[in-house]
Amino acid sequence: MTKMLKGIAASDGIAAAKAYMLVQPDLSFSEASIDDPAAEIKRLENAVDAAKDELKIIKEKAAANLGAEEAEVFEAHLTILSDPELMGNINDKIKDEKVNAEKALKDVTDTFIAMFEGMTDNAYMQERAGDIRDVTKRVLSHLLGVTLPNPALIDEEVVIVAHDLTPSDTAQLDRKYVKGFITDIGGRTSHSAIMSRTLEIPAIVGSGSATTTISEGQTVIIDGIEGNALVDPSSEELKNYAEKAEAFAKQKAEWKELKDAKTVTANGKNFILGANIGTPKDVEGANDNGAEAVGLFRSEFLYMDASELPSEDDQFEAYKQAVEGMNGKQVVVRTMDIGGDKELPYLPLPEEMNPFLGYRAIRISLDRQDIFRTQLRALLRASNYGKLAIMFPMIATVKEFKEAKAIFEEEKEKLVKKGTSVSNDIEVGMMMEIPAAAMIADKLAKYSDFFSIGTNDLIQYSMAADRGNERVSYLYQPYNPSILRLVKNIIDASHKEGKWTGMCGEMAGDQIAVPILAGLGLDEFSMSATSILKTRSLMKKIDTTKMQELAAKATNDCETTEEVIELVKQYTK
Amino acid sequence: MEKKEFHIIAETGIHARPATLLVQAASKYNADITLTYKDKSVNLKSIMGVMSLGVGQNADVTIAADGADEADAIAAIGDAMKKEGLAE
Repeated sequence: MTKMLKGIAASDGIAAAKAYMLVQPDLSFSEASIDDPAAEIKRLENAVDAAKDELKIIKEKAAANLGAEEAEVFEAHLTILSDPELMGNINDKIKDEKVNAEKALKDVTDTFIAMFEGMTDNAYMQERAGDIRDVTKRVLSHLLGVTLPNPALIDEEVVIVAHDLTPSDTAQLDRKYVKGFITDIGGRTSHSAIMSRTLEIPAIVGSGSATTTISEGQTVIIDGIEGNALVDPSSEELKNYAEKAEAFAKQKAEWKELKDAKTVTANGKNFILGANIGTPKDVEGANDNGAEAVGLFRSEFLYMDASELPSEDDQFEAYKQAVEGMNGKQVVVRTMDIGGDKELPYLPLPEEMNPFLGYRAIRISLDRQDIFRTQLRALLRASNYGKLAIMFPMIATVKEFKEAKAIFEEEKEKLVKKGTSVSNDIEVGMMMEIPAAAMIADKLAKYSDFFSIGTNDLIQYSMAADRGNERVSYLYQPYNPSILRLVKNIIDASHKEGKWTGMCGEMAGDQIAVPILAGLGLDEFSMSATSILKTRSLMKKIDTTKMQELAAKATNDCETTEEVIELVKQYTK
Repeated sequence: MEKKEFHIIAETGIHARPATLLVQAASKYNADITLTYKDKSVNLKSIMGVMSLGVGQNADVTIAADGADEADAIAAIGDAMKKEGLAE
């Protein structure tokens, strides 16, 4: 009997494959005393060897599929397993205390974990505790004869079933074999969902019970368009979905034809569709999907994937690679947006009651100017290699913007004095994600070259609803007239000063929001690269004069999100 | 036995990457090699041992090697120290 699971549609497409349960097995064990230490040590050695063999394969796979950087962590795991101090201590414990290998392994690694975690002045070492924990789990699994999920080793087509997917899980997934995934938790903007769109894998998140409903090896259909999963489907259902998948593929092929086309509406109006990227590598996907710009280059990866603050040269290389890759199309780099839910191991920030309302983004940059200036210098140097723009995240006041801009000008002048060539037309703008800033957009527009609306944060701050909290997720309402009015205020203010406004949140690629935003006069829509062609196709069908009417009604007459959705449907029929 | 003292100049001390490289350099030799800091000695072939010492900037450490290839080992470790900017 087919079981049906409903969740949030995170990434378009249809997939059917066997389920791969990415779920941690039970690694509990009982302590025992042993009579033959030599045999027990041999048992441990066998488990360690098996773990090493496994890690070597994983490392190679990860290096081949995901790049050398992602594979480095497994090299670190191998080093730990070859460590004479660690292994020696475990062997001694088995010999001296006559305990079983599981107990000896756990006790010794726990000591090291505690020691590393205790190095509170050294965040890097604290992080290594996690590596030891991972390695311990792997050896334990071999001692206990259970299998750890090793996503890097998947070599047949699968649908991944997980409670949630962390960045390190997704880093190990091979696009060739992973046809889709479904998780228990998460929303449209959670890491797993964003990742699925980047990888162009059909995905459902927030299904509630995928890991308890599905078992390993069952056939699962993922309908990432509707957000439905079918477990153990009948041949009839499989056939239906194969047809649906084919229709979707056909539509995608049609969209592909728009790759090199301009974005033009039915009445001949032009818009810019850009891509949001996280690393210079993503430029390829942006170009493949016909991006006319990069509306948001999140610079966080430089900080998050490192063990210390990234140097000016490292940053310069990354920015240069991105602007060169875009061949003269504009690349808007957002300066460091750390804090909130993003932490850096080597830059410990004080624990805060409300991290999203705390010390983050431009607030850190203005305080830690050493970090900020290094980033600005790298950006300025990269500006020579293409069309680069800079924007500051989390600006709340005119004073903050002026301060940040003044620091930018100072660094620019210093570089020019030193004889470094720097582009003369770098646009310097800001993110619009704080309601206070949206309310004084007219003032900010005098100083900022452009605005970029970050809808995820703007909605969360306007609604006073944590976007990660499922109990209040109903308040994530991009089409609520309140949000639309803020957006309108921002766009109008920028146009009055002859500036432009873009949007780089999820909303910019949302098929309900796009007609309204086009009516409001948004200039640039920046989204996951994979949404660009679909949006370009939608733009072809709409008439902006009609959409202006729609936008006016949505902002002035509508009371609720539902009314707005209904209105858009009427207007785009 | 061959011994050499080093004054650590790297801002971050011996941790992370440099520690790994020192361990890799030491592991190529048969000699027993120890790293001593503040009267505590650890096996220089053990990444866990080296990192557990928490050697910071301006620390004075001693590296000792004992075995047939002790002289080569000390020379190679000295090179690695210099190359990584750990010590002069």
